[in-house]
Amino acid sequence: MVKVENITYTYPHSSREILREVGFDLPAGECAAVLGNNGAGKSTLLKCIDRILPARGGRVTVDGADMSALSGRELAQKIAYVPQSARAADMTVFDAVLLGRRPYIRWDVGEEDRRIAGAILRQMGLSGYELRSVAELSGGEAQKVLLARALAQQPRLLLLDEPTSSLDLRSQHHVLQTVRDVAREQRLSVVTVLHDLNLAIRYCDKFLFLQDAEVYAYGGLEVMTPEIIEAVYGVHVHIIEHHGLPVIVPFPEVGQGEDAKSSKS
Amino acid sequence: MDNHSAEQLRVYDRYLRRKRAALLVVFVTAALSALYAVGVGSISIPLGEVVRVLLGGGEAVARTAIWNIRLPRVAAAVLVGAALASAGAVMQCVLQNPLASASTLGVSQGAAFGAAVGIVVFGGGVVNSASATTAITIQNPYIITLCAFFFGSLSTAAVIAISQLKRDVGPSGLVLAGVALSSLFSGGSTILQYFADDTKLGAIVFWTFGNLGSTNWRELGILAAVLLASLGYFLFNRWNYNAMETGADAARSLGVNTRSVMLLSMGICSLLSAVAVSFVGIISFVGLVAPHIMRRFVGSDYRYLIPCSAAAGALLLILADTFGRSVMAPVVLPIGALTSFLGAPMFLFLLFKGGKAHG
Repeated sequence: MVKVENITYTYPHSSREILREVGFDLPAGECAAVLGNNGAGKSTLLKCIDRILPARGGRVTVDGADMSALSGRELAQKIAYVPQSARAADMTVFDAVLLGRRPYIRWDVGEEDRRIAGAILRQMGLSGYELRSVAELSGGEAQKVLLARALAQQPRLLLLDEPTSSLDLRSQHHVLQTVRDVAREQRLSVVTVLHDLNLAIRYCDKFLFLQDAEVYAYGGLEVMTPEIIEAVYGVHVHIIEHHGLPVIVPFPEVGQGEDAKSSKS
Repeated sequence: MDNHSAEQLRVYDRYLRRKRAALLVVFVTAALSALYAVGVGSISIPLGEVVRVLLGGGEAVARTAIWNIRLPRVAAAVLVGAALASAGAVMQCVLQNPLASASTLGVSQGAAFGAAVGIVVFGGGVVNSASATTAITIQNPYIITLCAFFFGSLSTAAVIAISQLKRDVGPSGLVLAGVALSSLFSGGSTILQYFADDTKLGAIVFWTFGNLGSTNWRELGILAAVLLASLGYFLFNRWNYNAMETGADAARSLGVNTRSVMLLSMGICSLLSAVAVSFVGIISFVGLVAPHIMRRFVGSDYRYLIPCSAAAGALLLILADTFGRSVMAPVVLPIGALTSFLGAPMFLFLLFKGGKAHG
């Protein structure tokens, strides 16, 4: 169980709040999507949860343990973070995944660390890629390597910042499907920033709408309503059902959207 | 599944063996070059005799030449080369800048200015030596080392401040800042030279040339101690450096305290460079070139890059010095000039390749 309470963040030398008392609960094994417009504070929220940015007040607890009491190394054993754009370093896939063992390494990696890295690579479908350079991989493959590195940390909470942003359609679904499977299997909580509402609906259990630095709505599919989406994104949408799942169809021209709404009512 | 796992680890082990082989090759080549370099000079000493002398035997003439002149010189090349190159590799990592090194960031020039201040202002004793090999010796090297470290660290602090305050400065921008700092310190050195008397002037000019021939065993001992301690620190942090290669946020999420690793590493790099500069003067580009050559063979994997760079730096400096001593013998070309000839084209190549990720 992950509990995030009252996270507030302002940039140094600025009074504008990027996040104001943001909080939510997430049971183990569930996946929450962080949604909202550009600049709503989605990435900042992830960085504050992982203490990459210093939140002003607030608390993060994982399985009841207060994360603020942990050292950087201990925190990295509980929370893993995959940044939006990682530098493609000049290293092999195996070495990149082995880096996920960094929080457990004192002097050098052991046999156990290598075994774990190898097992995760196979689980992610990256067998045979061990000695390929990360810099030469396609976007989808590189994203999977980053995910594998995060999983090698054996965290309880996984933070993903737009994991699908540079991926083609097939890789988007593959990466998110893998994330969801791993989350279910290992009772791992996942918080992911997503732009695509339909991907969020398909792969996430909870939805956190951020607007103007605050939580606008948080919950299961019940918060995925046209009203909330319109309030958060300023775009009128229709929600239709397809194979039992809601599908969001946006009508970006506001005027047209208004017309459609009024003609219906 | 277990078969897969075993095969996977075998493949990875084979790959690590290749990196170890690269490390072994540079080490052995550096060691053999050092042996050869000891034999080269006004009296040529065959390799067999060199080995005999080093093992405690050999003729008296060869013993004197080797223990008093040749070996300190070659040892200085090995230690200084290893110091500058390992510091260069680490600076390139923690500043995320492929163009970083003590000489391109102005740390060497700062240290040279500090050495000049030590001589002129604090009277770091300068005496004319009776020895034929070195016309000028530095009596009290510690005040000079201290001043060199202080001003080298000023450059380092300026570079860190610029890279932290103006994050969009980019690799070339940081090097331009290094150029500005270098000019500032060179100007300072020139003014000190202008007001210095002849003996002191000679001592200052010597720093701007780079000279491996004037170190004594005590200085080499200090350099070796600082180098070993620094290499220990660098190697202890090798996984942190690997993590930092993937970006600051990613490294932090892996539990690396990027700020303290960066500040401590830069501090140690500047100490290491300053000690090297205060004993042998400015030797440019070794710290830039050696790590880049080794990146070609072992990638940006600091487990291997740090020791490989150290060995490659030693090798480069031995070769450059041996060339400088033998090409126009008995004239000895200044080592600083030779490494610049070697390094400048490489630097331009890196610059025009764009600040793109490491080689």
